[in-house]
Amino acid sequence: MARIEEYRHLNAFIDVFADEALTRAAELDNKKKKGLPCGKLFGVVVGIKDVICYKDHHISAGSAILKGFTSLYSATAIERLLGEDAIIIGNLNCDEFAMGSSNENSAYGNVLNALDPTRVSGGSSGGSAVAVQAGLCMVSLGSDTGGSVRQPADFCGVIGFKPGYGRISRYGLIAYASSFDQIGIFGTNIEDIALLVEIMAGPDEYDSTAARKPVPAFSQLLKDTKKFKIAYFPQSLAHPSLDPEIGMAIRDHLKMLEKEGHTVEPVDFELLDYIVPAYYILTTAEASSNLARYDGVKYGTRTKELVNNLDEFYRKSRSQGFGKEVKRRIMLGTFVLSTGYYDAYYTRAQQVRRRIKEQTDLIFKHFDIIILPTTPAPAFRFGEKSHDAVEMFLADLFTVFANLAGIPAISYPLSKHSNGMPFGIQAMTNQFEELSLLQFSNLSCHPSGTL
Amino acid sequence: MEVTDEMVEKLAWLSRLSFNEEEKTAIRADLQDLIAFVDKLKEIDVEGVEPLIHMSQEINVFREDVVRGSVPREEGLKNAPSVAGDFFTVPRALKK
Repeated sequence: MARIEEYRHLNAFIDVFADEALTRAAELDNKKKKGLPCGKLFGVVVGIKDVICYKDHHISAGSAILKGFTSLYSATAIERLLGEDAIIIGNLNCDEFAMGSSNENSAYGNVLNALDPTRVSGGSSGGSAVAVQAGLCMVSLGSDTGGSVRQPADFCGVIGFKPGYGRISRYGLIAYASSFDQIGIFGTNIEDIALLVEIMAGPDEYDSTAARKPVPAFSQLLKDTKKFKIAYFPQSLAHPSLDPEIGMAIRDHLKMLEKEGHTVEPVDFELLDYIVPAYYILTTAEASSNLARYDGVKYGTRTKELVNNLDEFYRKSRSQGFGKEVKRRIMLGTFVLSTGYYDAYYTRAQQVRRRIKEQTDLIFKHFDIIILPTTPAPAFRFGEKSHDAVEMFLADLFTVFANLAGIPAISYPLSKHSNGMPFGIQAMTNQFEELSLLQFSNLSCHPSGTL
Repeated sequence: MEVTDEMVEKLAWLSRLSFNEEEKTAIRADLQDLIAFVDKLKEIDVEGVEPLIHMSQEINVFREDVVRGSVPREEGLKNAPSVAGDFFTVPRALKK
């Protein structure tokens, strides 16, 4: 608690559930004293992104339109953590409705990078990344629609894991783009991450998209390992946007993996430059539909101005409640779904998605792992990119791939840039191959410390 | 493609958003850039490719037909900005 107070200026937390966390800790202590069985997460302090519902606690998705909203139920993921005796310490700041790559779009203000407060934390799960980076909780939950867990993890020097589509129930996760969204995990070592996935994963009768596949005991199988067949895309390492120091470090890492006996081979992926446009068409379309529910009637904030009719009421409430980036994406999404443009944009992007998925499947016929950079450059300074939406979008190049293909992906810390900031590397496996991804990461990633 | 004021108006209406003149100029320029950016997909040949719509591999997820999971009325009204008795209230929708 003292540490959270000491780092309050980073703006990672929106709410700290201080009294309640202490009460729960005392209850857990009592339970132990009485010799009752203890859960797998006994006393583990977890922070949650402000898009994941926790019954009777505020949640707002970093948006003014949901200020003051209280969850009526807990997300399945949260229920499962609580069932294993975790302590939920608070909800964490993020870009509004998880839309952003720098945490500059929150109604609660920017989240500062603990290593250099003049730089961004990354986004959209910036608060979740910084909370782990600064040691304000042991692990945290984020959500990852296009890299919102992996990119801030990269910027903050911690591990960020996104399971494959369908692995963890999204019941109680505020929707941004439903064919992309997944709950992800931040941590400082692979063991913690494996344990959390294991606990949260699996079928859920409240979410029909949650896979009914059996969940392996990830945390116990981490050490059962083998030599991996690793693919990388030479175009990604030669990409004009990639910082040369990052490119160099990844090449060195690949050489090291080869030396350790893994197979490392280049693979041509010709669709690389199409993934960001396809991603933005599909996610903004889904967002424009998902965010239609915020109308100021049943919950959320509504306009205080006098209005003449219901339409004006909706338009005023929504325009006053949503921030700039959210409105921009709703508008683009409405455009790609509108009559006359639907086939040319929305359907075409779905067709491109199919081609991307098929090419990915083909790669996994021959390889276990795909390696990509996580981000083209380390954490930038506030305001540096916020003037240019397209430039900001392009920086998501390497992360959105996994969401388009629905596969699991992780970013783990790799090295430090000459500007002093850390950066990571990204590994991916085929859908439902979380186990080999965690095993591989456990081999190649060194535990990252907190501040 | 040229994004016109008329298009912005129409999209704003469909989105149930409103923009003042200054915001309208900004969003028009943004949409212009963003649409030019996503136009890149026109370079790809997708002839005959089936659109990928659902990412989930689950089909026919059934459950027993029993009523549950609903929220009690008081709970449902708890987060509403304005209620009257058991109802949500909104501004007058019909003209007198």
